[in-house]
Amino acid sequence: MEALGNLLLGFSVALSPVNLLWCLVGVFLGTVVGVLPGLGPAATIAMLLPLTLKMDHTTAIIALAGIFYGARYGGSTTSILLNIPGESSSVVTCLDGYQLARQGRAGAALGIAAVASFVAGTIGVLGLMLVAPPLARFALRFAPPEYFALMTLGLAMVVFLAGPSMIKALLALLIGLWLSTIGIDLFTAESRFTFGQAKLLGGVDFIAATVGIFAIGELLVNLESRAGAELFKVAKGFRNLLPTLQDLKDCRFAFLNGSLVGFLVGALPGAGATVASFLAYGLEKAFSRHPEKFGTGVIEGVAAPEGANNADAGGALVPLLTLGIPGGNTTAILLGGLILWGYRPGPLLIQEHPQLFWGLVASMYVGNFLLLVLNLPLVPLFAQILRLPYYILYPLILGISIVGVYSVNNSSFDVWVMALFGLLGYLMRKLEFPAAALILGMVLGDALERALRQSLMMSQGDIMILATRPISGTLLLLAAVILLMPAARKVRSWRLDAIERAG
Amino acid sequence: MIKNAADLISGVCLAAFGAYVLSAASRLSYFSEVGPGPGFFPFWIGIGLVFLSFWLMLPSCLPRRMAAKKTERAGWKPTGKALTAWLAIIAAVALLERIGFGLSFAFLTIFLLRGLEQRPTLIAFTVAVGLAAAFYAIFTLALGVRLPAGLWGF
Repeated sequence: MEALGNLLLGFSVALSPVNLLWCLVGVFLGTVVGVLPGLGPAATIAMLLPLTLKMDHTTAIIALAGIFYGARYGGSTTSILLNIPGESSSVVTCLDGYQLARQGRAGAALGIAAVASFVAGTIGVLGLMLVAPPLARFALRFAPPEYFALMTLGLAMVVFLAGPSMIKALLALLIGLWLSTIGIDLFTAESRFTFGQAKLLGGVDFIAATVGIFAIGELLVNLESRAGAELFKVAKGFRNLLPTLQDLKDCRFAFLNGSLVGFLVGALPGAGATVASFLAYGLEKAFSRHPEKFGTGVIEGVAAPEGANNADAGGALVPLLTLGIPGGNTTAILLGGLILWGYRPGPLLIQEHPQLFWGLVASMYVGNFLLLVLNLPLVPLFAQILRLPYYILYPLILGISIVGVYSVNNSSFDVWVMALFGLLGYLMRKLEFPAAALILGMVLGDALERALRQSLMMSQGDIMILATRPISGTLLLLAAVILLMPAARKVRSWRLDAIERAG
Repeated sequence: MIKNAADLISGVCLAAFGAYVLSAASRLSYFSEVGPGPGFFPFWIGIGLVFLSFWLMLPSCLPRRMAAKKTERAGWKPTGKALTAWLAIIAAVALLERIGFGLSFAFLTIFLLRGLEQRPTLIAFTVAVGLAAAFYAIFTLALGVRLPAGLWGF
């Protein structure tokens, strides 16, 4: 009953005209971003974050979350029509989606992708609504040692799945942690690593750094190779996009499979939508009556991964909103946004800001419905976006990045920081250092250091406090197991296989 | 450049960076009566950076047979284009406070489209002027965002 009352509160927030409008803007932008290969939701949210500083915070998180899950809908369009995934989480959709398009069933594939995304996205939000409040209540028992252990576990999982080289992921994480130490030390008010720059006393501007790494870094990489491909035509008319009754019947288990796998995998830090979509596809194939047909254009091969990568969005918000631990790039930037707006994401967030949490949850139900309504009739229009020349798109991205970063503090220094981080982001991609690990280190570094120092103050310097308390000891043991697992050959080959598939 | 050489170079750079973090952290207080000092956390970050950098370099320093088999080319050929674009961005940032956002952004766009993408001059100028005007109209006039202005007020 309590959840129902809270949900009604959420709907009263989400259905206000302003929030409804921004939800629509968010999911529309998200779909466009998902359609465009090379421009991801992380870069888009980073670019738009500065513009949300003057907005109502609930409205802002509704719009940014709309971009986050809206991009998952859009990602399937390029996978099906071009065999190029708009998002890494739509890689597996190419396998059957593109084959269906070649057989003249592009409309049905796009339609089933939208329906699966709607069903699984809604089930993912239901999971978020049911799991987050009890988890937050449980996390209220946590003291600094438990927080330190929990963050360490989250970071270990991100490092484990961040890229082919765990050493590089750990190095990126350490650079991120070091970046978080720049500025005034909160305990002693001493300055650290400021290089004599007064502007660094408050730390490295998070927005400038993320826009640099994601938007500018991605842009520089994309400048190197722009390949063209044949775009399949989508049959005109709303009817042609509707899957047949037989299609829906064939996909009933795929909807459920995608929803459950997506939500559960999404809730694990580091795993993400890509792993969820591969896992759902694998399960669908394993339990299918005709596994040999997968890859030749079966409709379940589109429904399962598309469902999973949408349900993942609800799952990914569970650790973010209840524990303050993001599981990937985009949720790390959302966490940075919440901190910038003055919130302390963690177990008290739901209690202290019910409007924000329940407003977001309700907006996600609304947003998923809007996406279904938008995606079915507007797919041909979204497909046209692919014809937008990149030479117009990238100056646009550059302009928005510069204006966004400058406008936060009216500071050219921040634009310099953005440009430098742009080069860092580019080099990291070229050298295969995962940017997600760096951003997570940067966003969690402050809280991690505070929890560690508070723990050592509690124990008067005895590090064993972290190992001897049951919850923190167990979490740290799990983190150690995760970090040492690649030493086991079988696990290592599974991990590399999963990462290779994730592209 | 082979992948191992790239790892070797990045390992050397990161080890040097780790050594800097370690030396700067050692000048800060490590532990005091109340608990860990400001140097405590960065000290361990520095140790981690140095240790992992050597680990990263290790396969490159081993004899070829013992080193990782993967030595595919890392694809550095088109890097020149990306780095040129980055230098153009740097130049535009440097000009931002001097000539204003509108002009510096327009120059940057013209350079990228005409110089790097080799698009026709007319297209480069049209896109540059169109986008600069759109940014001015949307951000400065409509949203009231203050952008760096040059002598001409935009």
